[in-house]
Amino acid sequence: MKQQNILSQVKSLTFREMLYNNEVRAFFFQVATFLLIAGLFYTIIGNLFDNIEARGIHTGFSFLKNRAGFDILPFLGNYIQDYTPESSNLTVFYVGLINTLIVAFIGIFVTTFLGLFIGIARLSNNYLVAKLAGGYIELFRNIPVLLQIFFWYNIFINIFPHPKKSFSFFDMAFLNQRGLYLPKPILEDGFLLVIIAFVVGIILTIFMKRYFNKKHDETGVYTRTLGYSTLLILGLPAVFFLLLGSPLHFDFAVLGKFNLKGGMQIVPEFIALTFALSVYTATYIAEAIRSGIEAVDKGQKEAAAAIGLTQTQSLKLIVLPQALRVAIPPTINQYLNLTKNSSLATAIGYPELMSSFGGTVLNQVGQAVEILGMAMLVYLFISLCISLLLNFVNKKMAIPGR
Amino acid sequence: MAVNELQSTRKPPISQIGAILWLRTNLISSWTNGLLTFASLYLLYIAIPPLLDWMVLSANFNFGTVNILGFEIKFSEVMADNQNCGRDAACWPYIYEKFYMYIYGFYPREESWRPDVVYGLTALLFVIVRLVRNYKYKNRVILSMIVTYPIVSYILIAGGFGLLPVVETHQWGGLLLSLIIASVGIIVSFPIGVVLALGRQSDLRVIKLFSTLFIEFIRGVPLITILFMASFVLPLFLESSTNFDKLLRALIGIALFQAAYFAEVVRGGLQAIPKGQYEAADAIGLNYFQKNALIILPQALKISIPNIVGSSISLFKDSTLVLIIGLMDMLAMVNMTSNDPYWLGRETEGFVFVTMVFWVILYSMSRYSRKLEIRFNTENKN
Amino acid sequence: METENNKSNIIEISELNKWYGDFHALKNINMSVKEGEIIVVCGPSGSGKSTLIRCVNFLEKFQEGNIVVAGIELTDDAQKIRKIRSEVAMVFQHFNLFPHLTIVDNLTLAPIWVHNETKEEAREKALKFLERVDIREQAEKYPNQLSGGQQQRVAIARSLCTSPKIMLFDEPTSALDPEMISEVLDVMVELAKEGITMICVTHEMGFARKMANRIIFMDEGQIVEENDPVNFFKNPESDRLQLFLSQILTHDE
Repeated sequence: MKQQNILSQVKSLTFREMLYNNEVRAFFFQVATFLLIAGLFYTIIGNLFDNIEARGIHTGFSFLKNRAGFDILPFLGNYIQDYTPESSNLTVFYVGLINTLIVAFIGIFVTTFLGLFIGIARLSNNYLVAKLAGGYIELFRNIPVLLQIFFWYNIFINIFPHPKKSFSFFDMAFLNQRGLYLPKPILEDGFLLVIIAFVVGIILTIFMKRYFNKKHDETGVYTRTLGYSTLLILGLPAVFFLLLGSPLHFDFAVLGKFNLKGGMQIVPEFIALTFALSVYTATYIAEAIRSGIEAVDKGQKEAAAAIGLTQTQSLKLIVLPQALRVAIPPTINQYLNLTKNSSLATAIGYPELMSSFGGTVLNQVGQAVEILGMAMLVYLFISLCISLLLNFVNKKMAIPGR
Repeated sequence: MAVNELQSTRKPPISQIGAILWLRTNLISSWTNGLLTFASLYLLYIAIPPLLDWMVLSANFNFGTVNILGFEIKFSEVMADNQNCGRDAACWPYIYEKFYMYIYGFYPREESWRPDVVYGLTALLFVIVRLVRNYKYKNRVILSMIVTYPIVSYILIAGGFGLLPVVETHQWGGLLLSLIIASVGIIVSFPIGVVLALGRQSDLRVIKLFSTLFIEFIRGVPLITILFMASFVLPLFLESSTNFDKLLRALIGIALFQAAYFAEVVRGGLQAIPKGQYEAADAIGLNYFQKNALIILPQALKISIPNIVGSSISLFKDSTLVLIIGLMDMLAMVNMTSNDPYWLGRETEGFVFVTMVFWVILYSMSRYSRKLEIRFNTENKN
Repeated sequence: METENNKSNIIEISELNKWYGDFHALKNINMSVKEGEIIVVCGPSGSGKSTLIRCVNFLEKFQEGNIVVAGIELTDDAQKIRKIRSEVAMVFQHFNLFPHLTIVDNLTLAPIWVHNETKEEAREKALKFLERVDIREQAEKYPNQLSGGQQQRVAIARSLCTSPKIMLFDEPTSALDPEMISEVLDVMVELAKEGITMICVTHEMGFARKMANRIIFMDEGQIVEENDPVNFFKNPESDRLQLFLSQILTHDE
């Protein structure tokens, strides 16, 4: 439509009039900008290829098939991908990616709980609790996250004892310089059924809740479902577990003469990284939750009280729905920040995406453009997913009329 | 029907006021509350005393004889060395010896007055901003400060121009380097950010597209990838003959990164301006540049100042990342100085010291930011 | 203390004193309200009138004195408070509708969750009351999509859904644009005619003159004068009431 207008307008203008016509100007301005940026890109990319040729750096993605040739700190990524120094560079990419995702998931989990706890504590009526929570936030927010990662790593390395003298938790888990040793779960044949039972439990709970809601609507009688839900979600799989003869073994770490054998080793690098990231991000989440709760007008609580709702009902029906609408978007943003900050693992040698693929491989192969490009694409993809999630959540929760 | 005599104003009943009431309501109003109080006190009990002990009570302060501002203070006979400086508590003499490196990096000692002047100028900036708060020409003052401060600081620190002996960038380190990176980052990225924000709000689709792509790209990736890009790839974009200073690469990366974040902050300010302002500016015949320079941007920037300060604080925190690409900022000094064979293994003291310095700086900045926010909220209400 | 026919006193307040910290906000308030009475409480701002009615449904706590509502004594007992709050409804100055719920859901909330009614019953009743306040067609909308006057009428309908014996109005028209005040006052007049006990804190003297059984004047935390509407306006006895009337009546009409 616009193009047609420009053309029809332009046809009837003198040259001088054209010079001042806003639409014409806008059009040419954009063309000029486009050409400028295109020209810039052309020069830059041209130089890039020239320099690459001159320095003998390879291009293309064939390096991904090459042998990696180095050791990676043993962690879940290695385990899942069966990594050895004979594996390809592409495998390194996957290992790094998996390790990044693990940090992200566990970090998000921990930081949410921590942030929730601190956020609510901040609003407590108890003076000490509120002040302590406030102090926590002020302390950890004003220290750069990289410094916190170094700090905790340093502390853990110094505090965790030599393997011979590991801290022991009832001889089931051990803590020493090499890491946290948890029992390694070994799944046997029937375990799949237990998982299915768990999923079935969840589905049944959903239907049960629907049934009770309907009953509440129709008869006004309200039933507390928490007990039943727990029974279904936890009890059902437990029953199956026992019936099938406990198809789950644990390989416990055993304290040998010099070292621990067996078990699942969680390296201190991971512990330090996840701990530092969670502690740091929790400060932002706590503030988000606090602003959410404070955003609920005082009058809302009064009106809820005035019509006779109990504290719990008021919280569930009036306060939380409104508080969460304000608190959830910034929290989801913080999840993204945590994932991005995991790239700082380079500093302490935890082998996530940037340190293994973007670090060692980059140094060995030298093809910075391809390697960094791949890494950036991963992060961009994660950012995109989180943005879409945010948009979806915002749309669903929007209060009409605002 | 009835008229009442004047009732007297009284004090509330004793048990309702004062310290006893405060204790009762705030700390032990119920069983759960009492339990929480007890738990908090216990938490403090197991956390604070060991920390205090390590840092102060059992710590080693044997600095020998120290010359501060002309006064000689004797802490101990002789300065402690790594051997007799305990392992169970802090060994502060290590910090005392390495102090220069933490603050100035590798800057030549004879020229250390130059960074000192720059530190002083930085402090002066904040003082001046406070002083001219009600001055009529404060915008001109602030603008001229923003222009002269970088130039003067650069000349002082880098030297050259036939005025002062040259100090190469690889000699800049420690807190000095952190400060340089942060201030250059903020000053350079801000105008770029404003342009990007205007671009994103523009009606011209091409401009809007490029701005949005740039901003969303930068905000979607971690800073470390941008720094790596700047470090490894940027030199390849230029003619092969240019020798690219390492610090310059990092600064470009940081500037581009921060520009995207500033762009979003300014965009928030632009969106907060009532549409009527744009319409009024158009109605009186201003063109695009006049409209933005005289009407829109002044208002948008004013509204965004608290967020701009907040973003700057984040930048200062992020500036520590440069150690990963090999620049020796204050954080890098910890590993560097404790690798000295004489003082081996003192990283903990280093981290604690650096933590304290950073915390003081960042906390002050955030207090300042909060004061600004309060002032802006009350101003806007009027 | 008022002793006329205590049996039909639905609210009985004796020697009520409240402090905010050191500030003596309510001084020795004695007041009784008979069932079906319409009371208007007026006075300059800061006189404690809002504080007084907020004490009746325990939104404000008091340190000395006694309040008995519908035969139940008001103490810090959750059960008793809940019982009292189901007999006493409140209409707020700023409406306080729940923005995340539709209009009809705003109304059915208390009947479903406090009085255990079925969804159908509650909805029918809600629609009936919405019809009463002449706003039935907005039932599925959200509060922020309505004007101030409409929101306040919804708030009144919400209060009616719990079948209260007493309705408290805390400056219900003070936050409204002038052209919307009458639509809300009309609803209040209708309610008054139906025999519900009402205590209104308001500046709307027209309403007071027309509908009140008694007008109470408060200043600086105490009840200064109370009278029937005719004598209240024609023969103010205390100086402070005379001053107050001279100030507001020149702006009224």
